[in-house]
Amino acid sequence: MNTFRIGGVHPHDNKEYSAHQPIVECPLPKQAIIPLAQHIGAPAKPIVQKGDHVKVGQMIAEAGGFVSASVHSSVSGVVTKIDTTVDAWGMKMPAIFIDVEGDEWLPEIDRSSDVRRDCTIEAKEIIDKISKAGIVGLGGACFPTHVKLCPPPGQKAEVLIVNGVECEPYLTCDHQLMMEHGEEIIIGIQITMKALGIHRAIIGIEKNKPDAIARMHELTRKTLGIEVMPLQLKYPQGGEKQLIDACIGRQVPSGALPIATGAVVDNVATIYAIYEAVQKNKPLISRVMTVTGKSLTKPGNYLVRFGTPLTQVVELAGGVPEDTGKIIGGGPMMGRAMNNINMPTHKRTSGLLFLPESESRRGIEENCIRCGKCVSACPMGLEPYLLSRQSELKMWDEMEAHNVMDCIECGCCQFTCPSHRPLLDYVRNGKATVGGIIRARNAAAKKV
Amino acid sequence: MKNLIVAPAPHAHSGDSVRRNMLLVIAALMPAYAVSLVAFGWGALITTLISVAACCITEWVIAKWVLKQRPTLCDCSAILTGLLLAFNLPSNLPWWIIVIGAVVAIGIGKMTYGGLGQNPFNPALVGRVFLLISFPVQMTTWPRPLGFSSSYVDATTGATPLAAMKQVVKGNADLVSQLPDLKDAFFGFMGGSLGEVSALALIAGGIFLIAMRVITWHIPVSILATIALFAWITTPEGFACSHEYILYTLLTGGIMLGAFFMATDYVTSPMTAWGKIIFGIGIGLIVMVIRTWGAYPEGMSFAILIMNATVPLLNKIRPKRFGGA
Amino acid sequence: MNLITISLLVLGGTGLVAAVLLYLIAQRFKVEEDPRIDQVQEVLPGANCGGCGFAGCRALAEACTKASSLDGLMCPVGGAPTMEKVGAILGLAAPQGEPKVAVVRCNGTCEARPKTSEYNGTRSCAIMHSMYVGESGCAFGCLGCGDCVAACPFDAIHINPETGLAEVDEAKCTACGNCVKACPRHIIELRKKGENGQRMVVLCVNQDKGPVAKKNCANACIGCGLCAKVCPQEAITITNNVAYIDFDKCVVCRECEPQCPTKALHAIGFADAQAAAPVVTTEVTEGEKKGFDPVIAAKIKALPTPKAVFPQCLRY
Repeated sequence: MNTFRIGGVHPHDNKEYSAHQPIVECPLPKQAIIPLAQHIGAPAKPIVQKGDHVKVGQMIAEAGGFVSASVHSSVSGVVTKIDTTVDAWGMKMPAIFIDVEGDEWLPEIDRSSDVRRDCTIEAKEIIDKISKAGIVGLGGACFPTHVKLCPPPGQKAEVLIVNGVECEPYLTCDHQLMMEHGEEIIIGIQITMKALGIHRAIIGIEKNKPDAIARMHELTRKTLGIEVMPLQLKYPQGGEKQLIDACIGRQVPSGALPIATGAVVDNVATIYAIYEAVQKNKPLISRVMTVTGKSLTKPGNYLVRFGTPLTQVVELAGGVPEDTGKIIGGGPMMGRAMNNINMPTHKRTSGLLFLPESESRRGIEENCIRCGKCVSACPMGLEPYLLSRQSELKMWDEMEAHNVMDCIECGCCQFTCPSHRPLLDYVRNGKATVGGIIRARNAAAKKV
Repeated sequence: MKNLIVAPAPHAHSGDSVRRNMLLVIAALMPAYAVSLVAFGWGALITTLISVAACCITEWVIAKWVLKQRPTLCDCSAILTGLLLAFNLPSNLPWWIIVIGAVVAIGIGKMTYGGLGQNPFNPALVGRVFLLISFPVQMTTWPRPLGFSSSYVDATTGATPLAAMKQVVKGNADLVSQLPDLKDAFFGFMGGSLGEVSALALIAGGIFLIAMRVITWHIPVSILATIALFAWITTPEGFACSHEYILYTLLTGGIMLGAFFMATDYVTSPMTAWGKIIFGIGIGLIVMVIRTWGAYPEGMSFAILIMNATVPLLNKIRPKRFGGA
Repeated sequence: MNLITISLLVLGGTGLVAAVLLYLIAQRFKVEEDPRIDQVQEVLPGANCGGCGFAGCRALAEACTKASSLDGLMCPVGGAPTMEKVGAILGLAAPQGEPKVAVVRCNGTCEARPKTSEYNGTRSCAIMHSMYVGESGCAFGCLGCGDCVAACPFDAIHINPETGLAEVDEAKCTACGNCVKACPRHIIELRKKGENGQRMVVLCVNQDKGPVAKKNCANACIGCGLCAKVCPQEAITITNNVAYIDFDKCVVCRECEPQCPTKALHAIGFADAQAAAPVVTTEVTEGEKKGFDPVIAAKIKALPTPKAVFPQCLRY
């Protein structure tokens, strides 16, 4: 069974809390707060004004550049203001506030649950539709999908890799999506293959989801060119670079884009969104998110419209447990611990994890015993012990020479450190600083 | 609602700790220890107790009063050092020599560099080599294993198989008959220090450590392979076949203890796979050079200490990078 | 006897040969240097703090020796007297500079700025700042992890355990500016020390609108502009909801001080100044012992000039 070749760790997957919980639709909020920057790249520019009436699916902000994504209203109602709201980390973000009135959809959106199989439109038109629907990678990075589907000149896509790995512990939303909307995902894959002009696709699924592997096998029996590839259990297999290595055995060179290996990677949730956008004219206005935790009364997978306050989703899942110490947006390996939950959901909120207080604090930091476990765990083949020390001592040039920019911030080093050293804290800080230095240098070089 | 706890990712931990690793190594040493208890009786127990106690006290005193650190006794590394030191000593060593060894091991070998994780040389071996050079007579007078005997200092002493082997290597072919039976060397019951009586128990402990992912296979395998290859090439006259000599070389003189437990010490071994392999090859070569042409019959301690000194250089070997050529 | 003679001859001979070799090599690879560089370096403080913008005192001395005028070359530690000495050696006019001091522009003490979360990551302001708003709700204020303390080569800045804020020991501060660079929130500013150490300063950089700022911190500047209205010198400007006093224009008349509704505006160096005025001129060794996480304290102690001390042990 395939897996990536360098490093990796085996965290306990803890998926039993919310696995196999059917997707439940979250009720509409009274007020939706829709952020303008829900993706990597330039924030979207609002195209509605205070007092405007909007319908579900209507574009309310257009892409602010090529690497950007448009934003659509997920509710119907009146725009009350365009202002800043505070996100879960206390930082400001611009958003459009809409008071909800009824649930009136744009007429061209097909809301039925019928599966529409035939796709007659051309590749260019598909990409155009994806771009207009504001679809971004729903695996976590939120990179605009239409950019991914247009390989830069000189590079050609050969294979589409569909990411059904879900290697983050606790999260189960992609798994459940594959179980409930497998057929749509297969059609989405065919559409994406058509858009890329290729005839081969691989669905990578880790072996801890045998039912999803079986379901996908069954659905792909009659389709041409789509292969289901069960993968060994290892974190961070869902990382784009690691998944390419696991599926087709090619490694993305340092500093290059994944397309250099001829592979385009998309998450199953993204593929489902592509299906809905192309076949049903439905832009990206909602996503499935996992709300889970050991002491949560109703952990599960919830379909939420963007802009719904997190508090409302939490209520649906049984409220914040008494013993909560940490609330994490995403999974425990790469998710961000939240300062508050008064934030609206958006394209990035893939999960909400409640850790009890007893599991929330880090262990006591001890001396590095130079065991080298971080080195063997690093999936990028870096030396985290050295990078973190260099970062502590602000040796930025040395960090660059040791390829800190290759770090994918997966957290394997810190996860595995027997001395509980905050390796990734320092490496991440160093990576940000070195990135800034490199950008400044490139900008200076351009001027000359 | 209470204030939430915020920290950067990752929020999960493997549950591994320094203490767990040290305890696992101690556990892996237990089969060999049991054999040596049976072989050397009270002497083995007393030597170990003195060594461990002296190591712990030295560490606590230096951490508390000299370095003014939080004493790190609870990570069990001092216990392990004490145990490993005892494994390298003959069981009839006077108590004050053991104490000197322990003080040197922890005091000079570890704490002078700043404590756990900072020492360039394996502390137990620093203590052992210090004693070997300072008290050569006491350190090379091995009690003969006589089953469970109750005496401590007065055990019968005898020539070690290594000394006999040295003579064979030097051309004294008829001494081969003086070597212990290979079976004895494998299962235990040949003269020597506490930790070198039973190769089988040591190998079992080493495999346990590899299975528990405390150590990796690189260092032991490269050491043993290098030694075997070297022995195969340089088999002296007198042995029936080179296999016999290879087995004698591997099973005597603390090679197993060194390969599985001493050379693999985290702090003093390289971090990357290739670094570890080169480290192991270096140890194997130096051991055989010392054994074949050197003055000492046994060279594992020196070989490991010499290679310890190269670790900062070996750490310059970078791991295989993702996407790298 | 013979043995001793041979030993003497061998050792002596080896020493002689080595000495001759060393001398020849030294002659061969001799670098001609302006002797004045050494003289200038003599009069510089030798702290190698980098506050002048050069890599160390030697680098500044080289730059001074090469330069045709001393303008723009300033040792912030030694100040004007040192530069005069440098000027005397080089026969150049010394630049004039008024003494400055680092000012931590935040007075969000623990009582004024309640904690809304518990930070459990690495105690580093840079890391905490990149992570989120900080333990209080204020996205602009002092984080109190001591990046500035670690950066200070003169032991002149400390975290006060009672207020949780960085405080400058003016007696020790040389205005080298290392803390200014280290602070990820850009709170610390080099300001003129003023006559007798008397000056006016707004100890807040919170750019939130008044109500939001006030909600997060009782001592925040709410940008009301009352101080700017009364200032006879027009030295106070309000930008992004926060007042700023231009120290070149301010004459320290103290008109503005009673106007401030949140006591964010402080008069420093006066006998009757507010008790909370964050000036410490005594040593805070006791506080330092209590205040830091022992790990940080140890690191700070161990890192006077980080680059020089540690690289050699990095590779272990």
